[in-house]
Amino acid sequence: MAPTARPTTAQPLSPHLQIYRWTWTMAMSVAHRITGTALYGGTALVAIWLVALASGPAAYGWVAGFFGSFVGKLILFAYTWILLHHMLGGIRHFVWDAGIGFDKTQRLGLARLTLIASAALTVIVWAVGLLAR
Amino acid sequence: MAKEATRQNPSVSIRTPRARVRGLGVSHHGVGHWWLQRLTAVANVVLMLAFVVIIARMAGRPYPEAIRLVGSPFVSLILILAVLSVTIHMRLGMQVVIDDYVHAPATKIAAVFANNFYAVVVAVACLYAILRVSFGQPPV
Repeated sequence: MAPTARPTTAQPLSPHLQIYRWTWTMAMSVAHRITGTALYGGTALVAIWLVALASGPAAYGWVAGFFGSFVGKLILFAYTWILLHHMLGGIRHFVWDAGIGFDKTQRLGLARLTLIASAALTVIVWAVGLLAR
Repeated sequence: MAKEATRQNPSVSIRTPRARVRGLGVSHHGVGHWWLQRLTAVANVVLMLAFVVIIARMAGRPYPEAIRLVGSPFVSLILILAVLSVTIHMRLGMQVVIDDYVHAPATKIAAVFANNFYAVVVAVACLYAILRVSFGQPPV
């Protein structure tokens, strides 16, 4: 029996992100995944920091020097925002887990709040951190 | 009894033959991943806020002071709990990302292996370092 000929025309694929108009909830959903993945990689930095501390003054001096540099501070600042954004995104999920916050205005407000509050909290954390020095 | 009859009818019920034979119903283990993700998420909120404070207080400290801070019982305990909760949480999260985006069998197996190894290596490295500092081994 002859093999069945495959169709030569391009088959429609299931639509993905690039098809849709971007919305706040969609953007914050994607941001939750991206921030989660960034934090996943960031734990390696925490491990390096702790292992350096346990290794001795020389190793710790290198790591502390790097995180004290401009690039290091930039990474820590970004890390703070990424952490707080993911945290607030998680709290948003808890609100939904409780079965509330699904209205159009509510879910839009929650999505916007995630971004605005994470940015505001990041600035507050750094302001307090630098002033308390 | 009509309900039970439907359950036992293989052409109507979606229960697996094994489940039907055992007759025990669901084991309630199906939501294990979801539940542990939520449980560690709640723990992470508290522990990571404490972690941010610890990091802020560590900034710019000379080595002996840094050792004393991380090695103090309270800070060590917070860090140990944070490492455990975070590495479990991140391993589950990456598992979902892999499930959603990696479909080729060989790549998927490699990704799942890498995810588990990474989470364990990060966890063990952090815990070892915290304990070493806490128990006073590093040269000051």
